[in-house]
Amino acid sequence: MPRLEEHCWSCSCSASVKTQELSSARWVVCKTAEMMSIITSVLSHAYGSLHSLQSANLIRRGLVLFIVGVVLALVLNLLQIQRNVTLFPEEVLDTLFSSAWWIPLCCGTAAAVVGLLYPCLDQHLGEPHKFKREWASVTRCIAVFVGINHASAKLDFANNVQLSLTLAALSLGLWWTFDRSRSGFGLGLTTAFLATLIAQLLVYNGIYQYTSPDFLYVRSWLPCIFFSGGVTVGNIGRQLAMVCKLTNDKFSFCI
Amino acid sequence: MTVRERLRQNISAAFYRHGLLCASYPVPIILFTSASILTCCYPLLKLPLPGTGPVEFTTGVRDYSTPSHESQGDLSERPDWYRGPPVAYIQQVLVKAAVSPWDNSLVPVDVFRSPLGRVFSVLEEIRNHVYTDRSLEALCLQVTDLLPGLRRMQAVLPEHGCLLVSPGNYWQNRRDLFDADPDLLKTVHQHEPKGLHTSATLKDLLFGVPGKQTGVNLYSKKRVVTYTITIALSSYDARFVASLRARLKQLHPSANCTLREDHMVHVHFKEEIGIAELIPLVTTYIILFAYIYFSTRKIDMVKSKWGLALAAVVTVLSSLLMSVGLCTLFGLTPTLNGGEIFPYLVVVIGLENVLVLTKSVVSTPVDLEVKLRIAQGLSNESWSIMKNMATELCIILIGYFTFVPAIQEFCLFAVVGLVSDFFLQMFFFTTVLSIDIRRMELADLNRRLPAEAGMPPPKPGPLRPRETPPPPRPSPHTITLQAPAFRNLRLPKRLRVVYFLARTRLAQRIIMVGTVIWIGILVYTDPAGLRTFLAAQVSEQSPLGEAGLPPHLGVAPVFPGGDPTSTLSGLPAPEPTPLPENQSQGHRAAHPEVAPVSSPQITWGPEDEELWRRLSFRHWPSLFSYYNITLAKRYISILPVIPVTLHLSPQEAIDTRHPQDTHHAPPPSIKTSDLQTDLTLYKVAALGLFAGVVLVLLLFCLYRVLCPRNYGQNGVPHGRRRRGDLPCDEYGYSPPISEISPLLLRGHSMDIECLASDGMLLASCCLVGHIRVWDAQTGDCLTVIPNNGLRRSSSSGCWEHRDGGGAVGGQDVDIFPIRRRTTPARPALFGDQPDLTPLIDTNFGLSPPSQALSSSGFDFGGLVEKAYQEHEPSPTLAFPPSPPPVLPPELPPQNNGDWDSSVWAMELRGNLIATGRSSGKLELWDAVEGSLRCSNEDGVSGITALAFLNNRIVAARLNGSLDFFTVEITKPLGLLQYRGPPGRGSLPPSPCYSSEDVISCQLTRSVQCAHQKPITVLKAAAGRVVTGSQDHTVRVYRLEDSCCLFTLQGHSGGITAIYIDQTMVLASGGQDGTICVWDVLTGSRVSHVYGHRGDVTSLVCTTSCIISSGLDDLICIWDRSTGIKLYSIQQEVGCGASLGVISESLLVTGGQGCVSFWDLNYGDLLQTVYLGQSSEGQSVRQLLVLDNAAIVCDFGSELSLVYVPSVLEKLD
Repeated sequence: MPRLEEHCWSCSCSASVKTQELSSARWVVCKTAEMMSIITSVLSHAYGSLHSLQSANLIRRGLVLFIVGVVLALVLNLLQIQRNVTLFPEEVLDTLFSSAWWIPLCCGTAAAVVGLLYPCLDQHLGEPHKFKREWASVTRCIAVFVGINHASAKLDFANNVQLSLTLAALSLGLWWTFDRSRSGFGLGLTTAFLATLIAQLLVYNGIYQYTSPDFLYVRSWLPCIFFSGGVTVGNIGRQLAMVCKLTNDKFSFCI
Repeated sequence: MTVRERLRQNISAAFYRHGLLCASYPVPIILFTSASILTCCYPLLKLPLPGTGPVEFTTGVRDYSTPSHESQGDLSERPDWYRGPPVAYIQQVLVKAAVSPWDNSLVPVDVFRSPLGRVFSVLEEIRNHVYTDRSLEALCLQVTDLLPGLRRMQAVLPEHGCLLVSPGNYWQNRRDLFDADPDLLKTVHQHEPKGLHTSATLKDLLFGVPGKQTGVNLYSKKRVVTYTITIALSSYDARFVASLRARLKQLHPSANCTLREDHMVHVHFKEEIGIAELIPLVTTYIILFAYIYFSTRKIDMVKSKWGLALAAVVTVLSSLLMSVGLCTLFGLTPTLNGGEIFPYLVVVIGLENVLVLTKSVVSTPVDLEVKLRIAQGLSNESWSIMKNMATELCIILIGYFTFVPAIQEFCLFAVVGLVSDFFLQMFFFTTVLSIDIRRMELADLNRRLPAEAGMPPPKPGPLRPRETPPPPRPSPHTITLQAPAFRNLRLPKRLRVVYFLARTRLAQRIIMVGTVIWIGILVYTDPAGLRTFLAAQVSEQSPLGEAGLPPHLGVAPVFPGGDPTSTLSGLPAPEPTPLPENQSQGHRAAHPEVAPVSSPQITWGPEDEELWRRLSFRHWPSLFSYYNITLAKRYISILPVIPVTLHLSPQEAIDTRHPQDTHHAPPPSIKTSDLQTDLTLYKVAALGLFAGVVLVLLLFCLYRVLCPRNYGQNGVPHGRRRRGDLPCDEYGYSPPISEISPLLLRGHSMDIECLASDGMLLASCCLVGHIRVWDAQTGDCLTVIPNNGLRRSSSSGCWEHRDGGGAVGGQDVDIFPIRRRTTPARPALFGDQPDLTPLIDTNFGLSPPSQALSSSGFDFGGLVEKAYQEHEPSPTLAFPPSPPPVLPPELPPQNNGDWDSSVWAMELRGNLIATGRSSGKLELWDAVEGSLRCSNEDGVSGITALAFLNNRIVAARLNGSLDFFTVEITKPLGLLQYRGPPGRGSLPPSPCYSSEDVISCQLTRSVQCAHQKPITVLKAAAGRVVTGSQDHTVRVYRLEDSCCLFTLQGHSGGITAIYIDQTMVLASGGQDGTICVWDVLTGSRVSHVYGHRGDVTSLVCTTSCIISSGLDDLICIWDRSTGIKLYSIQQEVGCGASLGVISESLLVTGGQGCVSFWDLNYGDLLQTVYLGQSSEGQSVRQLLVLDNAAIVCDFGSELSLVYVPSVLEKLD
């Protein structure tokens, strides 16, 4: 039961947090995210007391994933901001650093949760991920993910449907190229679905807006971004899990 | 299909020829490639250097006409951007105002209050100017909303109307607000950002002159206020401008003004690359280089890994340059930034081709010529390379037909990039690879010559190649670690703590984390207290000083804490473009110092002509960007300035005073703010320095994180080894005390030679020829069969029978000299034996290799006999040989007499032990009773391998023949009992033969010349017998009728390892380092991979992967279906090559005195079990995995039984 709860929490957490990656949001989400991170930390702590070694490893992986999430959030946030504000460095930097400091933190937490969930799911399903397990492929995956974000921010399509279809094809291609596992697809879909749902709710409650919504309240490419983000972070998480699994050198740093 | 096949063949042939060409003429081809790169990059010279500075072009005002859009080729002096109308014409009205004559009754505020106040009247004049029904409203540049997010500018900058800025904008162009403003300076300064700023500030924008020249300052010595009224005109009407100029000059005549008015300057702005755009770009490039790093790390088995990696990077970079150059050559200057696209392009195309090429080339047989290797490797991969290329081109074509301009451009660029990349890969990289391979071959030759002289000629080698311990080879790909001498040393706690600190670099990490956190706090909490300062200022923004502001302005931080970061972020504030003449000095010279009491002089000098030059070059872009008008790649035309001189009387100044001005002491804030700007500069410098240090630390940290720690420590670049791969780490720590403790089975006096088990029993045979039978569960010694079966003992008394077997031991010792030398010390009980050590002839270069293939075994007898004869007078012969109770009828008349043959192969099924001897004799022993049940002497050539399946025994002989025996039991099968719980394990329970049964062993068929050379491996499973031989072939026989089904050819060296299991999977490894996977049903080759440098020593499979170990101390894990290498584990030098798979995901390997357990899914070390305390030099050569998840391995003269409890759980 607690495991189920954790899954629920983590998923919604990741989703909500990912949403904010693209927008600015308010304290509601912040509070929930805080709560969720507290819960996750408590759970992981409890789990860790049982397996102290594993928990140290888990925390290490989580930390790396967290940093990756923060960096990605900052960069991608910048990409999105840039779309509206160009040629005004100060202003952009102001918005970048002043707009809700917790956004990167939440993104990091989400990345950590999703990235830890993927190998965990692999283990539970009993099908270890064997496809292209190397850092080169993972970096490639990250680059494609940034590229998809770049495209969503920079490309000017005739209509939104074209853009969304292109991005959907791209994100499916990303999954096919780098993941190809059922669990990855499922988790990515779940992430995308929940995240979009929460984005819809946030917009519905007027917390933020999209410039030209075409899918109820949000942009129709949003799920694609979430999907590819989930797959990417999952890939990193798997690689980390593979690399810094428990060894006899238990204090070594990951990677 | 035939077309496809033909195409494939053609492509392959073309690539083959190309490879030959590249490898044959490396230098000309590299020269050619470099030349073509340079040629393609030549157009890049025409491109302007990257930079964002604006460019100017001056035309005369008189004959000015808006340039047309079409390019006019004849006007060569015109820059190519000078086309079409400008974004705006900028007309500046430069106002210089002073209160004169100055008298001492005036307060400092009067210097600028009344001059500034006159701006409103001038503005009025300009706004209302009409020239033949054309007003300013019609001509000026109409602007709409400010950009969202510029709310603080809203009150100041004009919206929805003419773009006309002047200092009056501070007061919304209303005189009454100006008059009511108690503190003008505060109003002016409140919008100034603190810290270093790169773009124009609001004060600059509104005043239109550099901040220091405005004279709006309490301490101005000149007492002249200078400001401009800037008008942006959308269309140029010469007459209107002229009339405006005339009107203003007429109203405010400027004496001694000699400004030239005949030049119009067009300023073209390049695309601005802001930091905000730079960060994602830099990120993508970082990711790109990480990708390149991780990709090139996979390059293996080449001479210079870093050279090849460099070649790969050069390939990538020059293909970028080439594609950009070609694009410019054909006029395809992409509006999309090429540098922005390129990382994605590289990532999408990938370095796969480079890696695939490398892999393919190094996996060709080593013994071929370099030219042929390159050609073959290239042609092997040609089809996939072309297929990928075609697919990519197809995708790009599809992308081109989306008709989205951005995508079309990307596609064009991608096509050029793809083609140039392909070109470089084919020509440049292939050639570099060929050079590298040639170098490696030379190096190999140099190294191998002495090494091979010392190697034993392959005479005994083919017998049991898996047992040959890998000689330590100083290859560049292995790290020669010193023997971990203090592995089992328990260090004192204090030292361990210190080591722990040192190992984890805890202090460093804590410091780094601390700095990062501190920086974060610095950025977010705004150390200068700027936020409160701003909030206070913003709340006072209302001119009346009341709370007439929206409440959020007071609380919302407008630009909190952005300043330190923006200053960190790099762009130094560029000074305005310098004039040809030194402006600042000229300025001072033009304005003679005025005595404090004297009246200020208004002078006009040539420096006032183009005062805008002294503004920040971002002045105009930022002004226009507020209205979302970009000046990037466009230009503006700046009209000659209109000078306006205002002289005000002191009375006027006094009249316009605000009541607070007089009793307002000069506010100290102004002075401090000036001071502060200086201070911030220092602060910024300090912060910059600090940031640099942090950056270096961060890079160091990244380096540490990304690179393995032992990297560079041994001076050997070695990227593949990950932490924890070593059975014992290099810091000398003993691994955590394992709960797995090995059970040592002692009893053999010499090294253990053969090991066989059927799950319940365990039979071992040592060099002397003693066979011992152990209970695999408890480790009890059940039976001892001494050499020649002279005496048997009960399970309790394990006494040794030492007779002449020592000679046999000596013989074996000579056969395996390397192993012999690893045994620690000769046991004392061999005192009665002659010391045969001097006989060990390590100079194998002298012995002719042809001796290897003598069909009747090796005759060391003569050699040893001599030693024995010399030893004869030795007094200690403690145990005279006792007469054998079971007279061995198997004592055959051997060619050299009295030396008994040694056991070369042993198998155990049920309670029968089958032994094959060097004399060619096959014996069947009862495992429990230790009695000889049957023997067969049909063959004379030594039995090198045995397989015992059901009731059949297959024996492979040294002469390459294969004998099939049938074991027949005369008693009915009803008496067969079953030992052990049935159903346990995968093997069928072995039947037990009772001692009363008469067992006969008959030769049913003998396949002479099964192989041309000695059979090295023999495996049987699933009704098939597979043999591998020195003659490079593998043969598959059916067990029932001993019929040869297939002869599998594919190796280019002798077969050294074979794996076959119940699921009919057959894998074979050879001396050439290749591993082949075969389909036993059809006899076809499923996959063929090149895995090791040197022999493949051992092979096992799980359902999903193949695990191989080689002489190069690598353990490689391959995907079974695709043949792709999943990963490899680098082991210590000289590790045993034995492998075993316990469960689907648990691998066990033998090492130096230890066995290691690995998780197959992740490739990491789970545990290392040390077999003994003084275990140096002893390596595990044989390893058997029993049904009950126990492992038996030999360990010198001991056997070690290791139970893996955790695996047991998994199995159940």
